[in-house]
Amino acid sequence: MQTVMEQRITIDPITRLEGHGKIEIFLKQDGAVDRAFFQIPELRGFEKFAQGRPAEEMPQITSRICGVCPTAHHMAATKALDALFGVEPPLAARKIRELVYSAFVVEDHALHFYFLGGPDFIVGPRAPKAERNVLGVVGKVGEAAALRMIAIRRRLREIISTAGGKVIHPVLGLPGGVARRIQPAEQEEFVKIAAEAVDFCRFSLDAFGNIVLKNPSYVELIQSPAFTHQTYYMGLVDAQGCLNFYDGNVRVVDPGGQEYVVFPPERYLDYVAEHVEPWSYVKFCYLKPIGWKGFEEGPESGVYCVAPLARLNACQDVATPLARQAYQTYVETLGGKPVHHTLANHWARLIEMLYAAERLAELASDAELTSPDIRNIPERVAGPGIGIVEAPRGTLIHHYEADEKGLIRKANLIVATQNNSARISMSVDRAAKALVRGPEVPEDLLNLVEMAFRAYDPCYGCASHALPGGMPLVARVWTAGGELAATLRRP
Amino acid sequence: MSEKPRVAFYWCASCGGCEEAVVDLAEEILKVVAAVDIRFWPVALDFKKHDVEAMPDGDLTAAFINGAIRSSEQEEMAHLLRRKARLVVAFGACAQLGGIPGLANLYTREQILSAAYKESPSTVNEEGILPSVSTRQNGYQLHLPEFWKSVKPLDQVVQVDYYVPGCAPTPKIIQGALAALLSSEPPPPGSVLAPDHALCDECPRRDSKPEKLLIPRFHRPHQIAAAEDTCLLAQGLVCLGPATRAGCEALCVRGNMPCSGCFGPTSRVRDQGAKALTGLGAVIDSSDETAIEAAMEGLPDPAGTFYRYSLAASLLGGAVKRA
Repeated sequence: MQTVMEQRITIDPITRLEGHGKIEIFLKQDGAVDRAFFQIPELRGFEKFAQGRPAEEMPQITSRICGVCPTAHHMAATKALDALFGVEPPLAARKIRELVYSAFVVEDHALHFYFLGGPDFIVGPRAPKAERNVLGVVGKVGEAAALRMIAIRRRLREIISTAGGKVIHPVLGLPGGVARRIQPAEQEEFVKIAAEAVDFCRFSLDAFGNIVLKNPSYVELIQSPAFTHQTYYMGLVDAQGCLNFYDGNVRVVDPGGQEYVVFPPERYLDYVAEHVEPWSYVKFCYLKPIGWKGFEEGPESGVYCVAPLARLNACQDVATPLARQAYQTYVETLGGKPVHHTLANHWARLIEMLYAAERLAELASDAELTSPDIRNIPERVAGPGIGIVEAPRGTLIHHYEADEKGLIRKANLIVATQNNSARISMSVDRAAKALVRGPEVPEDLLNLVEMAFRAYDPCYGCASHALPGGMPLVARVWTAGGELAATLRRP
Repeated sequence: MSEKPRVAFYWCASCGGCEEAVVDLAEEILKVVAAVDIRFWPVALDFKKHDVEAMPDGDLTAAFINGAIRSSEQEEMAHLLRRKARLVVAFGACAQLGGIPGLANLYTREQILSAAYKESPSTVNEEGILPSVSTRQNGYQLHLPEFWKSVKPLDQVVQVDYYVPGCAPTPKIIQGALAALLSSEPPPPGSVLAPDHALCDECPRRDSKPEKLLIPRFHRPHQIAAAEDTCLLAQGLVCLGPATRAGCEALCVRGNMPCSGCFGPTSRVRDQGAKALTGLGAVIDSSDETAIEAAMEGLPDPAGTFYRYSLAASLLGGAVKRA
């Protein structure tokens, strides 16, 4: 008999974070979890091959980082180009961009809620696996609602393709404006779609309220220590401190909810830094003035969090009426700000979805939307260009430097999921420690570990969960001698 | 036993846009689900690699593979699916031509790693740590896959029977491709499942393209406010419509931006970039060398422009690599 010195559970692949994500869980001799690692095994090198390309092509090239959220990369790059070429877009162009962006946020959040993250709550975290998927959601909310969701996503994506040519990798953004005007007949259609979207988002929030919030065991799970971390929170806010996806300053609050800093995009290097670990291709962001103190929470550690939970913590208010009401209920129910519960991301996401739909409705009916004044032509490269938007999955930073011909010399990209990578690692580690006791691990427990990262909506996972099934999952338990002790499989 | 065709979807080095393209079938996806039996689709279904391994060889009617090939893991999956499927379909620009990630072939693997982990201005890495294939952490051994030196399109790794073009393929192209494959008389092997003529033929601005196109110089898209009803090439923008296969219905042009070539070449063209270069070179209205040089200022990155999606598949291939 060999002595088991070290046991390992490998979960690979867990989801598609632009390729793959992998969890390695190491067990102590008594079967308790010693440490869980969350690894990203992929890199495609956009920062390097951007070099030498014309700056104005960045919105098209960088959108290929992600085909699920291409609009986020497209818009961050476009805004960076405004700065790089020193040119402001006319008001109508700005409104068209934000209109497109709002439509994108609604359809993308809806995809996550209904196909990916939602099944855990709508159907149940430990429900039979065969039901814990989009079809299970359909069973709970009704087929009519599901068809309505498919239709509203299609219609919202029509807004993006009308204004941006294509919806997967749109082409509207140019430094100083947008490429194409909006026609009056198109605007009429946008107004209708936006009204439908607002209705649909209200319905989604109601469904969440009825199915999740009225179930005390779900509320308990959301607030349980296994899914809670006290970190800093980051998000874009407008001049009034309100939640904003398209533009504004970056606001960071500390784990106590107090404002830590508000900075304009061009100062991001003063506050955001990235740490490299040899065991993951993803870099780990932290607040530079505080420093990298390892995978630790609390005010002394620079680890911070982005995306819905973080954005609602970082903002001081929500500007649209229905979403504001929902936001106030959220804060009151969860005991005030900041909300540290990772699983509250799902609720926060629905509130943001309603906000984006309301914002879409405002912009869709704006008289200026059809103005022909959509371009200011840049004359020269003015300096470095930094653009920040809130991608659905968090703060997204594009930073370019170009030569006098406007060819890229340097590109630096901090993508949404990367800001969250330290906290996601911590969440997976904590959930594993709280829930897993090896080497015999019931597989529904592994779903609870998965929920620790799924709540963040790590990028890519949202693509096409149109069919039965959750995310594929295999966990292998290894002995120190490299022998396979057990294989757990989610059917 | 199911009588329906059995299919697999798989992705390699890709962005997820091809998966999203399938979701964009929206209500129509229900018809696809009714027509075929999906046996493997990691992004949506729980079937695993070992389920594919357990299939008899040739069991699948077709495997749709998107994304380029950059790692041993991806190549291994391509070989496995090739064995199990009677037809392999390269789905989307990355599988067909290498796609935009293929631009990485302009640089070495070491340069790519250095840019990301050492030169990035936000990265604090005084010790110069790079992610490594095997590392010990707190006494635990952790592994990462290794990257190959270059990006390859799918048919450099396995034999491909059909291609579905586009970055991403449009719903109409996907539906057309599925109909063609399911028909009693499928197209000849090697076909690209899209119209075999140049994009200009289906462009809404076709009538404004002059018979003999001559322009004094090229412009970059941000330098002019392009008219929304006139041929973009005639306005001096580098539109790859003449060198690109039709089928997208000129989506980018409808967005008032030039075609960047994502549908690849027609069957009569081996190298899309070379075709574009020759075609566009002929429209400059001058034979004077200095004038041509000035005209070309609007085209500062020929490799990245003409080979935007096809560098990895081009005749240049890896030869474009710099020192």
